Parts: sequence; C-alpha cells; structure tokens
Amino acid sequence: MSTTEQVKYKSTDFKSAAEPRWCPGCEDYAILKAVQTAMAQIGRPSNEHAVVSGIGCSSRFPYYMGTYGFHTIHGRPLPIATGLKISNPELAVWVVTGDGDGISIGGNHLMHALRRNCDMTILLFDNRIYGLTKGQYSPTSELGKINKTAPYGTIEEPADPTGLAVECGASFVAQISATYVKELVQVLVEAYNHKGTSFVHIYQNCYIYNNGAFDEFTDRKIRDDNNIKVEHGKPLVFGEKNNKGLVMGFGKFDIVEFEPDNVPDNVIIYDETDLTLIRMISDMKFPEFPVPMGVIKRVLKPTFDDSIHEQIESAKSKFKPDLKTLITSGDTWEVK
Amino acid sequence: MAVQKQLEELEVVTVKFAGDSGDGIQITGDQFGNTTAIAGNDFSTFPDFPSEIRAPLGTTYGVSSYQIQFAAKDIYTPGDTPDVLVCFNPAALKVNMGTVNKGGIIVVNEDEFIEKNLKKAGFETDPLDPEDTTLQDFRVHKIPITTLTLKALEEMEDMGHQDKLRCKNFLALGVVSWLFQRPLEPIETFLNKKFGRKPLILEANTKVLHAGYNMCDTMEIFPIMYKIPAAKLESGTYRNINGALATSYGLLAAAEKIELPIVYAGYPITPASEVLHTLAALKQFDVAAIQTEDEIAAVTMALGAAYGGSLGITGSSGPGLALKIEALNLAVMTELPLIVFDFMRSGISTGMPTKTEQGDLAMALFGRPSDSHVIVLAPSSASDCFWISIEAVRLATKYMTPVVVLSEGFLINASEPWKIPDIDKIPKMTAPFITKNDNYLPYKRNKETLARDWVRIGTKGLEHTIGGLEKINETGAISQDPENHDLMTRLRAEKVQKVANDIPDIEVLGDKDADLLLVGWGSSLGSMKASAEVVSNGGQKVAMINIRYLNPLPKNLGEILKSYKKVAVVELNLGQLNMIIRSRFLIDTAFLGRVTGQPISVVEMVEFIKAELEALKEH
Repeated sequence: MSTTEQVKYKSTDFKSAAEPRWCPGCEDYAILKAVQTAMAQIGRPSNEHAVVSGIGCSSRFPYYMGTYGFHTIHGRPLPIATGLKISNPELAVWVVTGDGDGISIGGNHLMHALRRNCDMTILLFDNRIYGLTKGQYSPTSELGKINKTAPYGTIEEPADPTGLAVECGASFVAQISATYVKELVQVLVEAYNHKGTSFVHIYQNCYIYNNGAFDEFTDRKIRDDNNIKVEHGKPLVFGEKNNKGLVMGFGKFDIVEFEPDNVPDNVIIYDETDLTLIRMISDMKFPEFPVPMGVIKRVLKPTFDDSIHEQIESAKSKFKPDLKTLITSGDTWEVK
Repeated sequence: MAVQKQLEELEVVTVKFAGDSGDGIQITGDQFGNTTAIAGNDFSTFPDFPSEIRAPLGTTYGVSSYQIQFAAKDIYTPGDTPDVLVCFNPAALKVNMGTVNKGGIIVVNEDEFIEKNLKKAGFETDPLDPEDTTLQDFRVHKIPITTLTLKALEEMEDMGHQDKLRCKNFLALGVVSWLFQRPLEPIETFLNKKFGRKPLILEANTKVLHAGYNMCDTMEIFPIMYKIPAAKLESGTYRNINGALATSYGLLAAAEKIELPIVYAGYPITPASEVLHTLAALKQFDVAAIQTEDEIAAVTMALGAAYGGSLGITGSSGPGLALKIEALNLAVMTELPLIVFDFMRSGISTGMPTKTEQGDLAMALFGRPSDSHVIVLAPSSASDCFWISIEAVRLATKYMTPVVVLSEGFLINASEPWKIPDIDKIPKMTAPFITKNDNYLPYKRNKETLARDWVRIGTKGLEHTIGGLEKINETGAISQDPENHDLMTRLRAEKVQKVANDIPDIEVLGDKDADLLLVGWGSSLGSMKASAEVVSNGGQKVAMINIRYLNPLPKNLGEILKSYKKVAVVELNLGQLNMIIRSRFLIDTAFLGRVTGQPISVVEMVEFIKAELEALKEH
C-alpha cells in the first residue's frame, strides 16, 4: 500500500481571489467552473498548473484561476506556453484562446503548435464573434452574418477549428459545447491526460453580441437530435431516442434510422485513431449532419518538449559540457 | 632550383580576395586569416558578400570578397584599401580595383579574362593587355589559376572536371601564403578536418595548395616576398574569433555563471542565424535552441521561458525586431528578463541583408508604444560580443527587465585575435528567485534595484497571474486607477535608470587633453581608434569615447561631453545617437554618418577629424 496520502482537491482550490468580470450570462463562467472541477479531478496541486492566455474575453481566464497564470498578447499564447513548457517540463500547461485570438491573429502559431505537439492543453473558446472589441465578425462567424464590420453580411466562408486541428496533425482533438457541463469536464480531464498537444474546441455562447449562436444544435430541447456523441469504441448513434446512426456511405456518412436500442451492425464503431473516420466526422456539416461532440482524434506521437530534452541529454552523453575546452578548441597560439 | 627572392619586412598589410560568390572566397579568406593568427599578427577581417547565394557567374553584383588587415602592431579595422588584391575574375577586378593602393599588387586569374567575361564585367578593353592603361598604377601579376589547377590535378583521373575547378581557390591561397611566408600546415589541418571523409577532394585541395606555393618558390612571379613580424600582444593564449561565436560563447558562460538553462528561439534571418546555428550545435550546455515558425513566435517562446525561470533569449535583425516589438513590451510590462539580440543590417525594409549598419538605435530606444524603457547595450568588437552577452544576462536578471543588444552584421562575420579569458575569473551571478514567502506579492520590489522577485513557475505557494494589463504596484492586481498607472509607468522607467549605478564609467581614449571628442558606438570604435592614430601620428590631437551602454547612458557621460570644446558623433546611420546626445545634454555636435553598408573608412574619418580640428582653430 502506498504510504503517501492522496490529497483530495475541490474545484475551489483552483479559484483565485479575483472576482470574474465577464458579462452576466456569459458561458465563460461555465467553462471556468469546468476547468476548476477538472483540475480537482486531475489531482495535482494548483502550483503545478499554469494557464496562459492571449487577448479577448476568454483570455481574462488566468486572473480567475488559483494556479499560475499569464495573460499575454493577442494571438501569442501558444508560443509563450511552448517556451514555458520547455523551461518547466513538469508543469501542466493550459492555453486559453478564442476564435479571434487562436484562429485569426494567432492562426500561424496554432498550425505550428499542433504539428509540433508540445505537451499542453489548448482550450479554444469559440463564440463566433469578437466580444471584447464589441461585436465584429470573427473567422468562425457564419457566412452572411450581419454585424458591426459587416453591416451587409459577411462574405467570408467561416473557418472550421476542429477540421483545421485535424489537418494540422494535432494528436488530440475534441469538440464540445459549454452547455454540456459534465461532458466538458470529462473532455478536459482526457485532454490533460493526453501526452502531447490537446486541442479542445468549445462552443461558447456570447450573451451580449451573439446570443443564441449555437441554439440550433445546443438548445436542450433539440440537442439530442442535432448532436452526436463521439466516443472511441462506441457506435455512432444519436437522436432523442437513440434511434439514429451513421453508416458508411459513398465518401461520406449516411444517416440511418432504427428502433431505439436496436442498433444495426453497419453503424460505424468509432475509432479515434482512424484518420479516415476522423476526417469524415470532422467534415460533417450541420444541419445536414449532427454536430460531433467528444474526443474526435487521439494518437500518440513524440512530444516537442520531450524531444528537446532528449536531444540535450543525448548531447551531454556524447560531449562533456566543458566551456573551457570549448573556447580553446580549434587553433590557438601562445603569446609570451 | 629555387630562385633567390628578396624578403621585405612590413608592419601593416591589407589583403583582399574577390571573386564569384561560388568561388570559395570566404573559405579562402578565413583560412588566410587563420594562418595570420597563428603567425602572431594582430588582424581584423571583413567578409563582404552579396545576398544572392550563387549570383549569376561573372557579374559585378555577384562579387564576394574577404578583406583582412594584419600587422606587427595593434590594429583596429580590416583596412580601408588593400595592398594586395586577388581577383578570380574580371568582375571582381572591376568592383575592387578602385580601392587598391597605388603601387599595390593585383593578382588576377588570367584564364577568366576572356571577351565574354570582360564584357559582362563592363570592361571595354582588356585591362591585362600590355598596351592598356587601366592598371598602370599597380603591380599586376597574371596567373592562369584555372589552367594551373587543372594541370596540378591532371593525374587525378577519378575526379570530375567541375570538382577540379572548385579547387582553384586553394591554389590562390598557396600563392598568397608564399607571398607572406605563411606556413601551410594550419590550412592542411583544416582540409583534413573538413574533407577527412572525402579523400579525393582532400588530396586535390592539398595538391593545388602546394602547387600554388611551390610555383612561387620556383618561378619569377613575385620579385619580393613579405614578412610581417608578430605583433606585441598581451601575453596569453589566443584564438581567432568572430562575433557570432563570441556572442554564443558569452551566453554559455553567462548561463554557467548564473546556473540557468538557455532557451534561445530564433527565426532564420541574415545575419542573426549564425548564432542560432552555433547554439543549436551546443545542446550539451543545456541549450534549447529552437527554430520557430516566425519572429513573433521566437520572441514569445523566449519570453515564455523567461517567465518559467530560464534564460529566455531571441536574436534577429531589424525586420525581425520590428515584429518582436509587441512581445518586447509585454516583457517590459510583466518585468521579465527577456534578452533580445538585434544583429543590425542595412535597411530600410529588406534593404541590403548581408551588409552592416547601425540603424536600429532609435527603434531599440523608442520604437515601442507608450513610455517603455529597456536596457540597450552594444558590443564594440567581435570579441566584445562575448562580454556583452554576459552583461546582458547579468542586467536582465538583476533588474528583471528586457535587454536589447544592438550588435552588427559586420561584427557577426568579422574576426580578430582573442585572448581567451579565464572562465573561472568571471564573477558568478545570482538570479533573484524566491522560493518561499508567506506574503508573496508579484510586484513587490527590491529597494535597491526596484526589481520584482522572479518565481520559477511551479513553486509551491507562490501562485499568481501576471499579464499585459496595468496592475497595482506590489499586489499585481489589475487596475485602471489613474494615479497607479502614472506611478507604475514611472517605476518601470526608474528601474531601468537605476542600472546607471551599476555600470562602469566611460573611459576617454586617445589624447584626453584634445579639444575634439569623437563619440561613437558599436563597431565605430575600430574606425575611431585607427583614425585617431593617423591624426595623432600627424601631430594633431583627438580624444574619443565609445558608448557600450546606450540605455541608460553612463553617469559620467555628460561631464565628459561638456569638458571638450567640440563633440563629434560618428555612426553608421543618419544621426540617431547624435540626436540623443544633442537632446539629452543640450550641446552642439558635429556629425559624421554613413550608410554604405560598410564600416566608415579611416580615410573618410581622418578627413572629417581634420576638418573639425581646422574649424576649431579658426573659431
């Protein structure tokens, strides 16, 4: 039996003294609570977590956490978090970013962070709007959206954060709505447990500038028919009565209906490591298809931080780090 | 049978190698520099190459060159005008012949002087034609370098024609080695190291090196050979060093003294990449050298490491520094010890990437939103880059504030002899970490330095959040209180100003009792010293100072400036330090600024000094 006493943590252990200053009704509150709950479940003390954020409403997040926190500049939390993780490999590093911060101004860093696979967890709060700057369209705003900078409607095809993450080679990709409180906590714990860069795309309603943006698929009354829970090793089934499923169609999924709890054999059993299924799931467009919720991709790859430290250790085993020898290497000469 | 040759002793010589960028000019120059070092001369080098990797053959804009001045005495610059020019083609001659001293030696690869090449270089007549007057002021030696190279390698049947041709630079190196009576062993050692795994290429290069040397010994090519006795340098062990190596070694020394790992993040950019290359190969010193996706990622990764408790360092050039500005300001705001190197190159915009300049001073001092102050340092020579790296680490960590090092493209590539320092004698440094505090406040300050404490992220009990928003002094809680912002802005500025108490006074060099004081920074020190020597030898007096600490300025600077009748600022820009000196100290100044992509020539500076001295007399 282990002699070390397992400390039990509460979500309040991860709260700071600062009072959150988000608008009333903002779903950032729900995500804050979920992260704190997840950290309590993870079971590491608050000093072993660091939350790094960029700029935007969501990026105020670290101020409300009782962990270490760094509220940085617009679009740059990912390289800052990467530098931190390299410097302090034992830390649990979390990044809080938004659709503007992560996909727009910080898009380049996102692409490279995902392929680099430094061990950290990225939470992308997607409200499909710029909230802090008061209501301009974001890269995930739907085509035709009318707002302050697009009074005649946007003319840009929206970005797809989950598809982007998959195609950038992310080793862990999950998608979830902030309204799924319990599932969100579970996804966060799994994201933390994954060794490598974990990308969690979170649909988050902005009550002030984009209220109801996700109602079509997150409203409690209809959500079961419009979302599909994705879970490794489980059939791709959805519907209020668990009466619909995804089967392999011609280059895409087909939806089949069946008697509740009588799942046909040809309904796909999800495999979070199968790139074909991963791509097909992340390619599904609402409303033709339900919106996937859960862990979409999970594969193991070497992590950036480990590889850096392995190279350093390997160099040390081959060459003695002796500065005196180094600076006198090559041709030298004596002056008497 | 060897022909008897005359031997002449010289005190100072400048040699320049020039040819196509694919001719191996830089390697030839480097190797000649190395043998010069081993011969005990003082020396200074100036590699100068185009930004095209392999420019079209035979073009004037594709000419690459390597100049070296070496002497039996102290020297300070790579020399203005060569005494010996070695040209691999007509274009190299066209570009460089105007700079060669009258009576100087020009060695040309005769084989390349064919009509097509002459035309490409812009010669209307053949300058090698005995009737032609183009080169009448010089001692021209025509050597069929290409033919001789091929001849020397005739028996090497396994080697391709192109590979043979690529050896010709070593034939020329053999020739010049003979001319200055240099031993070939150091070059052979280099060849063995470089081509040890390619025996054919090793054999060929060694062969043509000797062929070039022996040919001069047996044939009447040069009537005289020259000897430059060893310089009287301070006793000790020396090596040849350039700024890129010195910068990297300085960082390693600093890391050892402060016992912290290095995270050096950079994006490829000329000329800063050299430092990233060097550090990437020295991982055993606890160096994480990372090539990032862009300049902003480089600076922010370094900042993240500094936040974590490592030495966070990034290096770039002007265009890269411009991109790093916002992150630099986050480091100012969060009071983290970020170190940023700017290896300045000729701007504006892409400008002339491989050429040097000192154009980023104003950007380093003022180029950030709001009242944002950082420590700014500038190394004055290739070897000083070592000491500046250590000083950057010391000040950044002691004052918990970013340091910008304004280094120069010229210094990165230039090499000089360096007396290897005793690492044990470099003082240890202590990073201001705290590990325990029942009442920790992120922005509580050290009374003497005004620095806040540094916390290794992960330390138990010190959890806190910092960020770019204004915060209340001491507690660090975010605040928009008007008076607090005023206080914090002043505190951040005052903290940087405090560094003035912690840096050495400026020392006046040259004739301290002169009426005229030259003021320069960075690599201008070399040009100033060399010019002052010329002026002084002519019986006139000039004093000079070189400012290594550009922000804050040393405390005795004002006093020095005011004790001279005339102050003249010299720099490789159109007056950035000059503006600071004038506005900060309310004095009139004379000014010499050049932006040619090269160090200010001694001739030019001497002329300037003499004119200023003349003006003082008339006054």
